[in-house]
Amino acid sequence: MGKKHQTPLLDELKKGKWISFVREMERAAEKSPRTEDLLGQVEESYRDKITHWKHGGMAGVKSYGAGMVGRFSDSPEKYPGVKECHSMRINQTSGFFYNSDVLRKIAGIAEKYAGGLLNLHGATGDIQILGVTQAEAEDAFQAYAELGFDLGGGGSDLRTPSCCVGPARCEFSNYDTLKICYDLTREYQDELHRPSFNYKFKLKFSGCSNDCVASASRSDLAFIGTWKDNIKINQEEVKNYVKKFDVQKYVLDKCPTKCMWFEGDKLVIDDSNCVKCHHCINEMPKALKSGDEKGLSILIGAKAPLVTGPRMGMMLVPFYDVNEDSKNDYEQLKGLISNIWEFWDEYGVSRERIGELIARVGLVTFLEGVGLEPIPEMVNTPRTNPFIKFEDEDAAQ
Amino acid sequence: MTDEIKKKVEDKIIGLVKEYAGKKRFKPIDLVKEMERDFAAEGLTKDDIKGVLKDIMDEGKLVYGYAGGSFLTLPDEN
Repeated sequence: MGKKHQTPLLDELKKGKWISFVREMERAAEKSPRTEDLLGQVEESYRDKITHWKHGGMAGVKSYGAGMVGRFSDSPEKYPGVKECHSMRINQTSGFFYNSDVLRKIAGIAEKYAGGLLNLHGATGDIQILGVTQAEAEDAFQAYAELGFDLGGGGSDLRTPSCCVGPARCEFSNYDTLKICYDLTREYQDELHRPSFNYKFKLKFSGCSNDCVASASRSDLAFIGTWKDNIKINQEEVKNYVKKFDVQKYVLDKCPTKCMWFEGDKLVIDDSNCVKCHHCINEMPKALKSGDEKGLSILIGAKAPLVTGPRMGMMLVPFYDVNEDSKNDYEQLKGLISNIWEFWDEYGVSRERIGELIARVGLVTFLEGVGLEPIPEMVNTPRTNPFIKFEDEDAAQ
Repeated sequence: MTDEIKKKVEDKIIGLVKEYAGKKRFKPIDLVKEMERDFAAEGLTKDDIKGVLKDIMDEGKLVYGYAGGSFLTLPDEN
């Protein structure tokens, strides 16, 4: 059978040895006229170099103000299959772990209600079902609910919290990212599904500073695993690495604070100057390990470019003993989040992210508002000046 | 919060959305703040008002819309 729409530009994207989203869409289109029209419209967008989706609008399931992203075609006569082509966001599991049976069922529901297109996972972390219509949204949602899934965030609300694989699969993890992500997701169901903020708010949890969920650059509150004491050194393993590659060139010279050096064949680290960048541990994982006093750092204010340009997170809490707080249901952390939201509610303006608010009102005002004491570690990037002017006697301490 | 006060808050929120339909898009947070001010004498907290709003949405008296940010609107405008 011939193609309904000719797609010469998209066909270019099938060339080469890599997996092509166009090939996958064509496979789905064999079973779904909706996806056939989707291919046609995407081709037209490539040709015209503009999107043919109208953003926003009304799409959702009963009671929820989040979890569906409205997409309407601007050429519904030409592409009737995608007159409505909404994305349904399904709250992913912590660390993206699924068994194959569940994945088949997720895919089955997507085939039944949405032309068989899935995005695992969207930028925020959710599973995205692409191409749902408003008329079928409630049935699709109920099918996922029966499978044990709920919708994710969207709009001016808490976006679906997301975490790395953490201790489940990674030796570098300094805290249980899966547990905290799951706990806070359960805690903030209303904030997730019922938009009541000035704009979006993201929580992301990374077990170490490799930051596999890009929390430092993408989330309003980033929780990044770290440690307080010294890096643990296995000198025998260091010697083995020295035999394998140029440790001086690829590890010591790349240390941002130059806090490590050799004394003879012994590696020495000045831990007081270490900024926990994790580079040396990545390069020599058998020789170096993070310390025993593990916890996390909390960064605030990161965001992607929308509205006023991108921002990286700045240090808010240098070390937080998450393991201790977890015994108490993360009460301390929830208190801090609650204070931040209160301040943002009170002083934020429409579509202003928390990082932009802090930049507007000043860090000191923000800290007073949320009840945190200013400390010198509250910096934008390591080794830069803090925002706060300290008196000489304070600085000396 | 008594049922009577709850009804008053509910009516006021829906009334505002109706009155300004097509002219102004109310963000939930704006309405919550406004109700907090209007019902300060009754001692209503932000959480009380959020609870009323939750019931309004669950009953389908208002629905959420999105245009760069979330807002509340009447279901028949959907």
